[in-house]
Amino acid sequence: MRELIYLTVFLPLLGFLIIGIFGSKIKSEKFIGTLGSSTIGISFLITLLAFFETLSLPIENRKFIITLFTWLKVGGLDVRFSYLVDQLSLVMALIVTGVGFIIHVYSIGYMHGDKGFWRFFAYLNLFIFAMMNLILADNFVLLFLGWEGVGLCSYLLIGFWYDRKFENSTTADAAKKAFIVNRIGDFGFLLGMFLIFLTFGSLNFEEVFSRANIFSVSTATFGFIALFLFIGATGKSAQIPLYVWLPDAMAGPTPVSALIHAATMVTAGVYMVARCSIIFASAPQIMMIIAIIGLLTALFAASIGLVQNDIKKVLAYSTVSQLGYMFLAMGVGAFTAGIFHLMTHAFFKALLFLGAGSVIHSMHEEQDIQKYGGLKKYMPITSITFLIAALAISGIPPLSGFFSKDEILWYSFTNNGFLFWLIGVLTAVLTAFYMFRLYFLTFEGQERFGHDKHPHESPKVMTYPLIILAVLSVIGGFIGIPEVFSGEHGNQFHNWLSPIFVDAERKLLKFGFHTHLEEIILMVLSVILALGSILFARYVYLKSPQVADNLSDKFSRVYKILWNKYYVDELYEKLFVNPVVNLSRNVFWKFTDGKIIDGLIHSIAKLIDLFASIFRKFQTGLAQFYALIMVFGIAITLLWIILSF
Amino acid sequence: MTITIEYYLVLSAFMFLVGVAGVLTRRNAIIVFMCIELMLNSANLTLIAFSSFLGSSVGQLFVFFVMTVAAAEAAVGLAIIIAIFRNRLTVNLDDINILKW
Repeated sequence: MRELIYLTVFLPLLGFLIIGIFGSKIKSEKFIGTLGSSTIGISFLITLLAFFETLSLPIENRKFIITLFTWLKVGGLDVRFSYLVDQLSLVMALIVTGVGFIIHVYSIGYMHGDKGFWRFFAYLNLFIFAMMNLILADNFVLLFLGWEGVGLCSYLLIGFWYDRKFENSTTADAAKKAFIVNRIGDFGFLLGMFLIFLTFGSLNFEEVFSRANIFSVSTATFGFIALFLFIGATGKSAQIPLYVWLPDAMAGPTPVSALIHAATMVTAGVYMVARCSIIFASAPQIMMIIAIIGLLTALFAASIGLVQNDIKKVLAYSTVSQLGYMFLAMGVGAFTAGIFHLMTHAFFKALLFLGAGSVIHSMHEEQDIQKYGGLKKYMPITSITFLIAALAISGIPPLSGFFSKDEILWYSFTNNGFLFWLIGVLTAVLTAFYMFRLYFLTFEGQERFGHDKHPHESPKVMTYPLIILAVLSVIGGFIGIPEVFSGEHGNQFHNWLSPIFVDAERKLLKFGFHTHLEEIILMVLSVILALGSILFARYVYLKSPQVADNLSDKFSRVYKILWNKYYVDELYEKLFVNPVVNLSRNVFWKFTDGKIIDGLIHSIAKLIDLFASIFRKFQTGLAQFYALIMVFGIAITLLWIILSF
Repeated sequence: MTITIEYYLVLSAFMFLVGVAGVLTRRNAIIVFMCIELMLNSANLTLIAFSSFLGSSVGQLFVFFVMTVAAAEAAVGLAIIIAIFRNRLTVNLDDINILKW
């Protein structure tokens, strides 16, 4: 089935073309929904078969490249449309098509009755097409095609309800913000690509990575390449300083938030760093920067998530925070742990978003958790699956989040020291707290909504995806049980992925020897802290709600800063947006465009006008005048001929 | 007194100048037209004179051609003038300046 892997890319494209071209004519939602979902479903099956085929092969044969055609061939640059099937891309492809399929099915119920139903499914299919290109690409250019493609789909889908208000502006503004912030990152990514081509003379993964091992390249060059690539990753994966677009991306429909802004697209940066692990491993300073940025983002976003009241906003900051964890893993050299967390996060965060979508759907588009409460008895399936996801993200064993998060924390402890572990655990504690604040305020306690609202459980087409994702969130972690529990077999997930990272891990120096006892102690410690945090949230938001008000009064200054998200948006507005707008308006528009460019063109026109005003005098329109001139001319010519004899 | 070729040439030059002056100064299209004919005929006179002077019939042949063309041209020219007159009720050249921008 590995030979057919290109179908997983082109089936969604076919779906996009059919729905996109004929969608407005097709009245049947059922047809569009079935078509849109089945292209992804078939892709998932193909990927699954390719996965089992690869699994049955010995390790050295697991890499497979299929070339479709040559795309560009200019000088030394040879770019092909070829797809790389290996352990890493298979994991990513399974996540994207699997979770993508579930979310497509869910969307049939969620988008029911929307006037843009067909447009939605066309965009979603286009997104899967771009994302599969990104994942399966075997060179940087094809990866960049997917990279830009998912950015475009993200833009289209954030602004999907372009006629709706979002906060103080419109959804179109949120879409624009996402696109522009991403462009800044993309610029870094492009520079990285140029530098790679300059250094290694190729953009093909295999050639670049093998040359990175052999060529004697200075650490500084590796540093710059890694830094530029990482800037690209911060844009796409919403890390400090470019994370600001992701919370605003919640303007889009909720399935979009689940698919693009939680499970798949935003993890593209993590995937890219993992794919280029050898380059990053050759630049230890940049690895340190990545770890620190990841850690700071995790803590920073989690602290904002503590006080937000919009259910999707909390989840958005939670996503930023969890992506920070993944980058922390990349930065400390735990590539498999990062990809593992990427996978489990895709399950439980998609579940959280879809659960939130189910709640929003039944509460008539109300998103303020202060206006929910006691929804458990109206929507049992949603509340139970949401609870499972919340437990998973909080790192409670034996749910999937526990295994992946603890692996990251453990590696940051062994590779980068106690401080990294401590901040990581602090973030985990905050995560558990805001997640259960969300859960308790939404599903438990007093009903705080008006009588005009009639909450009800969502239809089956929406609850079944929730159940499937809940099952995955529970069992997803078992494929990566750490060595300390599984004994001699070791970590299965690690064994599967390690051939990809073997070169990078050889380059990284692991220091310190740690016993299993230490690992278990740290694990127990973080679980106890997370449980304590959950109980504290229960005490604050369920048992004695006045405590929450007291706390926010007591720390009103801190509360205000967190509520306003550290004023980062305002800061960026003052530092970057306003200067750029002013510069554009006053210098580039009014001076450069108005005075220089327009001035040049106007003066050329004036010059011609001047000449014309002189020569026009000769054009009297009187034939006799012309004849007179002619006679003079002939007379002078004759005179000249006669005199020259 | 023999009439030498110079007489013919002077006469024809005089006729030609009269024609040129008429074309340049008169405003009536018919008169301008007649003046053009005058210029043509002065050229014909020169050709005839030279033909006789040189004892060659080539010049006379030319003259026949010129007269044929002039006849055709006169027909077309007059037709145009009539057409203009029908349109604008004038044959004054100062009023026929639609070429002027």
